[in-house]
Amino acid sequence: MLRLVDLVKQYKTGDRALKGVNLEVPDGQVMALIGPSGAGKSTLIRCVNRLVEPTSGQIFLNDLALSALGQSQLRRARRRMGMIFQEYALVERLTVMENVLSGRLGYVGFWRSYLRRFPQSDIDAAFDLLARVELDHMVDKRADELSGGQRQRVGICRALIQDPELLLVDEPTASLDPKTSRQIMRLIRELCAERRLSAIINIHDVMLAQMFAERIVGLRLGEVVYDGPPEGLTPEVLTEIYGEEDWAETIRKVDEDSDNQGEDGAAGVDHETPSLDRDRLAGMT
Amino acid sequence: MSKVHTAPRRWSKPPLIKDSRLRWFLALGGAVYLALAFGTMDVNWGRVAEGIPRGLNFIAAFFPPDFVTRWDEIVDGIYESLWMTVTSTVVGIALSIPIGLGAAKNLAPRWVYLFCRGILAVSRSFQEIILAIFFVKLFGFGPFAGFVTLSIATIGFYGKLLAEDIEDMDPGQAEAVRATGASWFQWLNYAVQPQVMPRMIGLGLYRFDINFRESAVVGIVGGGGIGATLNTAFDRYEFDSAAAILLIIIAIVMAVEYSSGYVRKWVQ
Amino acid sequence: MPVRETQGLKTWQHRERGKQLAIWAGWLVATIIFVYCWQLISDKTTWFFVLDAHHQAADLGERMVPPKFSYMSKLWQPLWDTINIATLGTLLALVLAVPTAFCAARNTTPSRTLVRPVALFIIVSSRSINSLIWALMLVAIVGPGVFAGVIAIGLRSIGFCAKLLYEAIEEIDETQVEAVTATGASGAQVLAYGIVPQILPAFAGISVFRWDINIRESTVLGLVGAGGIGLQLNASILSLAWTEVSVILLVIIATVILSEWVSAKVRHAII
Repeated sequence: MLRLVDLVKQYKTGDRALKGVNLEVPDGQVMALIGPSGAGKSTLIRCVNRLVEPTSGQIFLNDLALSALGQSQLRRARRRMGMIFQEYALVERLTVMENVLSGRLGYVGFWRSYLRRFPQSDIDAAFDLLARVELDHMVDKRADELSGGQRQRVGICRALIQDPELLLVDEPTASLDPKTSRQIMRLIRELCAERRLSAIINIHDVMLAQMFAERIVGLRLGEVVYDGPPEGLTPEVLTEIYGEEDWAETIRKVDEDSDNQGEDGAAGVDHETPSLDRDRLAGMT
Repeated sequence: MSKVHTAPRRWSKPPLIKDSRLRWFLALGGAVYLALAFGTMDVNWGRVAEGIPRGLNFIAAFFPPDFVTRWDEIVDGIYESLWMTVTSTVVGIALSIPIGLGAAKNLAPRWVYLFCRGILAVSRSFQEIILAIFFVKLFGFGPFAGFVTLSIATIGFYGKLLAEDIEDMDPGQAEAVRATGASWFQWLNYAVQPQVMPRMIGLGLYRFDINFRESAVVGIVGGGGIGATLNTAFDRYEFDSAAAILLIIIAIVMAVEYSSGYVRKWVQ
Repeated sequence: MPVRETQGLKTWQHRERGKQLAIWAGWLVATIIFVYCWQLISDKTTWFFVLDAHHQAADLGERMVPPKFSYMSKLWQPLWDTINIATLGTLLALVLAVPTAFCAARNTTPSRTLVRPVALFIIVSSRSINSLIWALMLVAIVGPGVFAGVIAIGLRSIGFCAKLLYEAIEEIDETQVEAVTATGASGAQVLAYGIVPQILPAFAGISVFRWDINIRESTVLGLVGAGGIGLQLNASILSLAWTEVSVILLVIIATVILSEWVSAKVRHAII
């Protein structure tokens, strides 16, 4: 169980991204976090595994106070929380297998990981997971050769091989087409059920959130303004979260085959690895 | 997951070079080369050991840097270097524009292309010092020889990059302007220039920076500038003055680099 | 505003009037500076020698042909030395440049206030001082020969390699690093899994590019006694053996063009 108590995050610029959030996520629950851009969804997720340091407040994973851990304890705690990212965040020049195995970095020592000598049990687990997401034929492909959906499935494997108790999922579908988005969401949902994982999923797409989450939390300007079942998302509630708009269309009973919500249909912009810039080279003879 | 794995599946990182024979050949070749290279280097360790205390004395002689004794000569040298840098950058870039245009494959007819590429290759092949030796022979000692040297070096550098940039430009834009019925010069002005201009301005500033640094060495062989002052200081064993000159060069290079970064941001 | 309306007619100008004037003024100032500098150089020049230069050039050209190709047999050893100076010097520079670059990059430096300025100073001073000046000093310390050349090239190249490398490190995709950190990886593991794979291509490119430059630089180190083909060049010039000089120059051109070709091929294969 994850428990957030009075979580506050104030950035150096003075922006208060979170204004005292209280939240409990019981084991095995898949929770969707919705809200407009800048509501603090991303900050909240990153405060949990302390990629962003909270300003005040406490975070408990079961009975472990995450907010009070030192560096090496934090590393150990991070192993228990798998994270899935918006633009996949795979290390693009590493192979699929290396990316998946990088989920075990918190468990193995430096030289072992450096020489790519992971324990056989890790290798087995990686093969099993890749088979589960139907990517076991692409083990030695480089991550930048994959399509968006394939990359996100590798990202999911990387999170799951950590053997986590909790999944932190940051906009998993933002760079995917509508069909792939559903497949990915369904996969996350199924995997959570198989392994009795709880999950916090940041998501922009209200329809997807309603389809795949058991509980919805609406965040606005760093405060929780809605917490309840998907059915409770009425036009009034959505207006409160996002502001005035005609919400009737969004709430209509979603049916699985209508792929009409193409807001983020285009494939994501891939970050390029920094390569040689001819300007810089040229200037320095 | 229907089949049961009897043996655990192995995984190891796929090697960078797929062909194992090629991989071994390259590794072995590298090792042999290094062995030969070190073998023929012939380091006289006795000399090195003997040289280290001397080196320390040598370095100690640099401190404290003496800015005062030769201050007038240093100032003269710096000014001369700056004049050389300004004139050679301007003249070099002016001359490299026609040569660069000629050396772009998509612009020039084949014989012009080969001719201009030849000029660029030759002027790039020789280090500034070699050029300076010859120009000092031809034009006599002084900043003029340095100016010619740096201009030629600028042509090699700038012309080549200009040509490559033109070759890399977007052919769609070029085609679109040509389709309007523009003349060759109009086409150059409307299609080519806007595409290459921002980068070339940046490179021009870079070259200014490089020319200043190089002006510090062409003086060693008689090409004038701060290098001449530096060389004199070394010849007279006035290492404290030499240290002052080196520090000034570092400071100016830093200043030029910082401001050129600023100017480039402002221009683009 | 480029578009103006006068008596109902819209006229379009490329630039606003003020901006246009500023540009003209800029050109004027630049021209004045150039003319002024030119004037100063001209004052220091003995024009008699310059005007006489074409005779000198013709004379020199005459004495340089035909190149004495039999001299080639004595050039293989210095050529080999030249290539070694460039290669070993580049290797030395890379070994030293990698830690410097990590200390200089904003996102990996151990301390921004203490370590980073030191690393940046190393980079700038290595870059500002020409390899010939490094060689001049090193010959005095370790004695003449290839060894001094290797160290001179190495010291000179640290700045170049470290600067390009630390810029590449600063440009990496931080989300990939974040993802590796989120798995609970240690600092060294984040480096090995999140950062190194991203900068490896840049590293390889920088290496061959610098190697190519170093070949050119190492051809002159011999002038101050630091080994390589420059020694022969210096000797031939001093003994006025111009037919040998022309052979050496041809060899240098061939070597440099070849190395440039190799470097371009390798970079093409990597990127």
